[in-house]
Amino acid sequence: MESRRDVFQAIADPTRRAILTLLAGQALTPGAIAEDFHSSRQTISKHIQILTECKLVEQEFNGREIYYHINPKKMKEVADFIEPFRKMWDARFNKLESVMKKHKNK
Amino acid sequence: MEQKTKVNAEDGKQELVITREFDLPVELLFKAYAEPELVEEWMSNPYSTTKMLKLESKKQGGYQLESKDAQGKVVFRANGVIHEFVPNQKITRTFEMENTPFGVQLEIYEFKKLTDDTSRLNMHVIYESVAQRDEVLKLPFAQGICMAHNRIEEILSKLKMTR
Repeated sequence: MESRRDVFQAIADPTRRAILTLLAGQALTPGAIAEDFHSSRQTISKHIQILTECKLVEQEFNGREIYYHINPKKMKEVADFIEPFRKMWDARFNKLESVMKKHKNK
Repeated sequence: MEQKTKVNAEDGKQELVITREFDLPVELLFKAYAEPELVEEWMSNPYSTTKMLKLESKKQGGYQLESKDAQGKVVFRANGVIHEFVPNQKITRTFEMENTPFGVQLEIYEFKKLTDDTSRLNMHVIYESVAQRDEVLKLPFAQGICMAHNRIEEILSKLKMTR
């Protein structure tokens, strides 16, 4: 429960969502994750730390390497709670945008 | 793909913030909130038609709207008072769903120009209590509004395929 706020802060950031998408495909080492981004390794490592703290991402040790993978249970929790509300607004705003684009071209 | 609409609802707070960037000049974005025919158009969808019974777009103006389903039955009515109306910048208003236990919410809309063709809407909503906010957040479940796939579900389904 204590971590719910952190979870929403975590997914509010586009880089962190990109990391989650990346990890959805496979478990990766911090180095492999950082290679996918223009940001510095330290920045990415900070993002991973936040994702780990709120349990969206978990560590596993494989020999000397640390691999990160997604925690599907936590991800599901986030999706269930707020997504329908967000999607409702997203659909509304998409409509607004298309209505006003038409209006502009009239 | 980056999510265009973001909702920030921190745990234990009686407020939330919705932000969205639009491929529209700020003037057009603002107009979508100021002119009744336009509000009606974008608020309507295949399942319900929205009508502005009243919209006085000015300080101390009021508004009332209702939505009808395809059979013409009124399914939703809401009203409020406009406290601040600054063209292309800001609208502060109250919002109340009639005949519901959700109380009155205060809504602060901030319209920002990003470029000549893009703009951002920041919608800050303050509820009477934390409990009321959380009830409103859960509303789309109750109404069964489940639209397009969302990002996290996509990630989850991708995960299922690969494991």
